[in-house]
Order: sequence, then C-alpha cells, then structure tokens
Amino acid sequence: MRLGIDVGGTNTDAVILDEDDRLLAKDKTPDTDDVITGIERVVSEVVRDAGVDPGQITHAMLGTTQVTNAIIERRGLARVGILRLGAPATKAIRPLAAWPEDLRAGVEGPSEILPGGVEYDGRPISPFDEAAVRRAVRKMRGGVEAFAVSSVFSPVKSDDERRTAEIIAEEAGEETAVSISSEIGSIGLLERENATVLNAAVTPVARRVVGAFQGALERLGIDAQLFLSQNDGTLMALDYALRYPILTIACGPTNSIRGAAFLSGMGDAIVVDVGGTSTDVGVLGAGFPRESAVAVEIGGVQTNFRMPDLFSVGLGGGSVVRPDGGAPGRTVRIGPDSVGYAITEEALCFGGATLTMTDVAVAQGMADVGDPRRVNAARETVEAAYERGVAMFEEAVDRMKTSAEEVPVIAVGGGSILLPEKIPGVSRVQKPEHYEVANAVGAAIAQVSGTIDRVFSLVERSRDEVMEEARNTAFDEAVRAGAEPDSLEVVEVEEVPLAYLPGNAVRIKVKAAGRLRSY
Amino acid sequence: MDERRVKSIGTETLEDLAVGATVLGTGGGGDPYLGKLMARQAIEQHGPVRLVGPEELPTDGLVLPVAMMGAPTVLVEKIPNGAELEKVVRAVENRLGRDAAALMSVEAGGINSTIPIVAAAELGLPLLDADGMGRAFPEIPQCSMSVRGVSATPMALADEKGNLGLIETVDNDWTERLSRTATVAMGGSSIIALYPMSVEEAAGAVIPETMSRAVDIGGTIRAARMQGEDALEALLDLASGRLLFRGKVVDVLRRTVEGFARGTARIEGLGDDAGSSLELEFQNEHLVALRDGEPVASVPDLITVLDADARTPVTTEGIVYGQRVEVVGLPCAPIWREPEALKVVGPGYFGYPFGYSPLEEVRT
Repeated sequence: MRLGIDVGGTNTDAVILDEDDRLLAKDKTPDTDDVITGIERVVSEVVRDAGVDPGQITHAMLGTTQVTNAIIERRGLARVGILRLGAPATKAIRPLAAWPEDLRAGVEGPSEILPGGVEYDGRPISPFDEAAVRRAVRKMRGGVEAFAVSSVFSPVKSDDERRTAEIIAEEAGEETAVSISSEIGSIGLLERENATVLNAAVTPVARRVVGAFQGALERLGIDAQLFLSQNDGTLMALDYALRYPILTIACGPTNSIRGAAFLSGMGDAIVVDVGGTSTDVGVLGAGFPRESAVAVEIGGVQTNFRMPDLFSVGLGGGSVVRPDGGAPGRTVRIGPDSVGYAITEEALCFGGATLTMTDVAVAQGMADVGDPRRVNAARETVEAAYERGVAMFEEAVDRMKTSAEEVPVIAVGGGSILLPEKIPGVSRVQKPEHYEVANAVGAAIAQVSGTIDRVFSLVERSRDEVMEEARNTAFDEAVRAGAEPDSLEVVEVEEVPLAYLPGNAVRIKVKAAGRLRSY
Repeated sequence: MDERRVKSIGTETLEDLAVGATVLGTGGGGDPYLGKLMARQAIEQHGPVRLVGPEELPTDGLVLPVAMMGAPTVLVEKIPNGAELEKVVRAVENRLGRDAAALMSVEAGGINSTIPIVAAAELGLPLLDADGMGRAFPEIPQCSMSVRGVSATPMALADEKGNLGLIETVDNDWTERLSRTATVAMGGSSIIALYPMSVEEAAGAVIPETMSRAVDIGGTIRAARMQGEDALEALLDLASGRLLFRGKVVDVLRRTVEGFARGTARIEGLGDDAGSSLELEFQNEHLVALRDGEPVASVPDLITVLDADARTPVTTEGIVYGQRVEVVGLPCAPIWREPEALKVVGPGYFGYPFGYSPLEEVRT
C-alpha cells in the first residue's frame, strides 16, 4: 500500500492507494509552520480513514515545497564554497554576479576561478591544476558547509569537475556536501553554476526535511520505503534527494499534472490546476509534464536546470473580486490577492464580507458550497467576474498549446470548481474524481527511474544498436531502483555529438521510468 | 540635441543600455545580459565610463572600436577573462605608434553595445557616443565605416589564453574571412579591436549618438512601465517607429545553417490585425516582416519584437508559441539607405527577390 503526501502553499494533502491503485482514503489539512506537524496530522487521519494498519504501508512518497520556500525566504541555507574551473577564461564575471544581495549574503562563501575546463570541442582551455584545487579546498573548508563546482563546457566533458569533487572529499571529508554542475544543468555557465550553488545551499534543508519525514512516519508506526518527489514526475530515494535537493523544486505542479493523467486516464492534455490563490497550467505529453526550454528564475536567480513548463495566473478560488473603475458593475479586477485558507470565513457564501471567485462560481450555480443566497453582489458584477475568469483561463490554456487545434483540458485542484464546462479552444473539460487531491495522488503513483549518461562510438555500430544498449542499461538501472520491468518506458533521450573525439562519438543520455514493484 | 543628456555610463545607466541594446539588436546581436554583467564588474572596479562626442576629442586623436566576435553559444559558456580587451587595444596602438583617445562600439545592438564599456572602464578611456551600425549585423563589413571606405585593419584579435593576432588585409571582406577562421581556432569566440581611425575621420563615418539612443530607449521603456504608461507608444514616439503588427505567435521554425540561426515565426493578428498574419524571417537578426505575403519592413530597417504583456524586447531564441507580441519597425540610420550601403545590408544581400522600401513608405 502506498502513501502519497503533498505539501503545497496552503494545504497538506495525503492519499492512500492500494495494490491496484485504488484510492482508499484522502485527507487535507492546512499547512503548519513547521510543516511536519501538518504531515503527521494528515497522515494519521488518512490512515485512520482508510482503516488500514500503518504496518501495511510499504511505500511513502513526499512532495514538498520546503526547499523552494527555503530559497524564497532565504532560511536555513548553507554557506557554499565555489570552485570554477576555466581560468584564465571567465574571470570577467565572478560567480553569483547577478544574485539578489540578500540571498548572496546568506549563501556566498569564498570562491576561486582555477585552471581547467574545455573548449566547445573538448580541447582543454588550460591544464587542470590539482595542487591549486587542493590548496583552495584547504583554505575554504573551515568556513563553508558545502561546495559547488562548475567548469567551462562540462556538459561536453566533466572530468575536471569529477576530479575536484574527489579532492574535496579527500580534503574536507567524505560527508561534505559537493554539487557538480554537469549533474545539474545544461549549456550556459552562469545559469548552471547558479543552480549548482543553490543545490549546495539547500543541502541542510534537505537533511532536515528527510530527517523529519523519517521521524514522523516512525512515530506513526509506518515502516515503509521512503521517497521524495522530483520535478520530472519520478521519485528519488532519500540518499539521492540529499545529493540533488534542488530537483524537488516545482515537484508540486508536476505531481498535479501526473495525478491528473492518472485520475483521468488521459496521456495527452492540458492540465489546469486551480488552487486558492493561483492557477498553474501545464502540458501533459505521453503521461509526463512538458519541460521548460528557457531559463528559469528561482528566488531571483537565473538557472537552467530542468523544470516543468508552466504558465501561472493569479486566479484561484480565494481570489478577491473588485469593481474596476469603468461602467458600474460591468468591469471587474480579479486578484492578485486572495483570502487563501481563510475562505471559509471571509467569502460571502460562507457569511463573510469579501466577494471571491468561489462566490462567483456559487452564484452562477457552478458550485455547491456555502449559501448562494448570501452572495449579495450585483448580478452584473458576478457576470463580469465570471466572464473575466473564463477569459483568463482561455488565455492561459491558449499560451500552453502548441498548435491552434482544440485540446482536452483536465481540471484539478480545490479551486477547479471555477472552470466552466466550455472554454473556447478546448475540446472538453474533464474533472476527474478526487480532483482536489490530484497532487498527492501524483506523488503516490510517481515512478522510479534509471539513467545512463555515457559516451558511445559510432564507428563499428549503428546508431540504433547504440541506442538499444543505452536503453537496456537505463532499464536495468530502473529495475535496480525498484521498478516493475514490464512497465518501463523511455522518458528522456538526449544526444550530444562530440566533435572532439575521433570515431564519430556521441554522448547519449537515456532516462527510463516505470511503476514501483512489490506492493 | 545640443546638450548631451547621457554623459557617463554607470551601473544604473547600464541597465537601460542593455534593454535599449536588445531593442536595437532586432532579435539578435547576442544577449546583452553577459556583456552587462562584465561591464558592471568593470565599472564597480574602475568607476563609470565617460561618454563623449567627437567635438570633445582632439581631431587627430585615435578612435578604436572594440567588440566580441564569435558564436553566442560559446560566449554563454566560455566567458572572457577581461584582459583580452587591453591586449587588443595595446596591439593596435603599438602597430600605429599612437595611443587611443577614445574607444567605440561597432554595433549598438546586442552584446557588443556593452563590451567596449568593459574596455573603457579598465583602460580609463572615454567612449565615443556612436557605433558603426545603429543596430546589429552579423559581419564585419556591414558597418558604416566600411561603407565610407575606412579599413578594418590593422585589426587585433585575442583569446583568454593569451593568444594574440594582428591582421592586415587588402579589404574588409578578407578581414572577415581571416578573423572568422582565427576565432574558430581560438575556441569559437574572440575579442577584437578594428577600424582604427582619427576623430576627424570618425566624424564622417560613424553613426552618431547611438549609445545615448540605446540608453534613452531602455530608460523610456523602464519609466513608462514604472508609471503604468504605454511603453509601446513611448518607444514609437522616441524612435520615430511604427507598429507593424499585433498578434499571437502560432508557429516558430528554427534551423542552423552555416553557423547562423535561421528561421521563421508566424504571427496571427489580434485586435485591428485580426484576420491577417505576419511572417517574420530571421538569420540571427530579424530580416523581413511579410504581412499576408507582402513585405512591410525589411533590413536594414530595424524590426523588433516586444512581448505584449511585459513590453520587453524579445530575441529570436526567446520567441515561443502562444506569446502575445507586438512587432515594431524602426527606421535605420540614413547611411544604410544609400545605394552602395544597400548592396551589403539590403534584402537582396540576404537572398530576397525584392528591393528595399523604406519603412515609412510602405502602405499597410
């Protein structure tokens, strides 16, 4: 039996699924400041509702915003020693050059730009200087809690980064957190380095989250295999999560999209996740979220590691509706502020004094919550708000479409009562059962994956043969990580031709994912 | 403008300059972001850079443009050292036996608007308020100095490893050919100093006041956005521009041909333009805009795409499906409309079967 937990911006949700992926119980509770109390509360409720013995839970998956929040709120971050390899190149821009001052103050440790790195074709820029790296690590080790290592064109060749990580382990101890850029981002030195430094900086947060998660489940008598959700819809074992905590960022929307796919049985659609304050629109392709192709900003820092492609608008169930200057009652402004979790006190339909989008839905007969008679706003205002809301959904969906053809929409999240049955450009709007806990379902059904990233020569073998070998290796890795062999699928392929190596060499990265076995 | 409004470039002016340079980059020219960070580091270390007109310099003083050459994908990974700039300036100075009185930008659009600022800050030299394009172009001879017969050489180029080359060629096409080959060998990017000229010579061969124009454009967009005013109107007013089209991007085709990023973006009209579509063709920079198949703007006039919500300029790599955009045409510098100049920058040079019509004269 599997337990899926999602810590979102407003609520902590949990679900229990049985061996056949049937949902046995679902619960929601407002987030608590320490997060873990909320998790303990909702998990004990859902276990009780399902009527199962905690000992029957074999796997527990947690999707959490804590790492994201630590960066946004600049809380509990590690001071990071930064080593960049590429000198004499790159000295014209120091590490962290474009970071917001407050984040930089909390994270920046000493940094050095040392020889190493390669040209675009793999030739060395300057010989890697092992002694210089060792000296730098010794100088830094007393004052930092983690290290970040980047080198020029490391997506093409990462030898220097890997050797540096070994030296750090030798000089600063095996347990010292080291993040290397080739494992985190793609081409674009500054953005990749930024993501690597952020990853190193959130290591203590990840350690705390993992420790608290283990402790909470232990207290509840749950002895399960534990996982954290990552932002590509697959799971990380806890030791992996401790090395790449940055990969948990944006796992919430990913879980919603995956949960929507599972609950609706659809593989290709636009997913509209309506929360209390905002709506995230993502794209489901072959059961997985589409990834963003452009630089992603996290806490004011530009990064280039993978993230689900999302378009967000400030429209949710708690969004406040106000008249907007023009003809009385005819034009309105929606949000961006929201009454949030206080909706059951502040919304008109619950006896409050604030006109919210939930009231609009209730007055339009789209939702059956609270008391429609209490929504005493002018009819024109309600209608104008309804039309404006539909237009906002329409535009958000339209932005994420890749062609002008009509597409199906899956509506999930607690606020999806706002979505009308018909939206221009949309073939149909489907609201699956359990839509309000799609994110926790997404965590529970997340897959395990295996990855191979290796250089192959195409001299004596065809590209097909090489791809076949790469695929099989990735499958083996996924099975080792706990995947059911029959359910495996390739979810990501990346090919980088390496002009610098003789023999038509190519770097191939394949990621395979499948269902968890043995429950 | 009698009084020069922008007299120096500090870290704040730099932000406006980078936005203006993206507008003048007409979709290409390399992202000014990296150049901005380099210039910021140099200004923080050495202080602001003085922006001067030719009248503030001795007529026989040496003006030396500096720039970055190479593939944008290399630049984002292998950032320069910074010392290459002094090296190329000194190399040309030594060859000519005289010191530079001022540095200059070759192109006001894209990353090369900011590179000379790094050099000027490091060397304590003023920057001539001018450039050689008034926008961005991909090749060395596509430059007003070249049109006016100024030789691009002696030219120096250097990489971060310490390699330095001095090139002297029979004409500016040879400069392009030889320096391009050397740049590839250096790892795909280099720093160059070229088109050395006297202040007097420069006065007749450069496009004046383009750096302050870039700052003005960036500043106007920023001010309008901060005050909640229409940044588009402000931009059109300032730059005598024209709104060509308003719509939604419905298709983007990209391919890499001979080291250039080529492609087409198709935009479907919204509002007044509903029912029409605009095709925007680019090769690093935007080349032509075809409305329902008919050209409404073409090189050398500037075609710039703004995100309709953020009112920020969008580069060709940044255009994505679904984006609401405004396509704006800005008239090019007068020199580009001369017949000799149109041979190297007109639509015919880029393989189009139609001639150039000035933006203002196209009926829509």
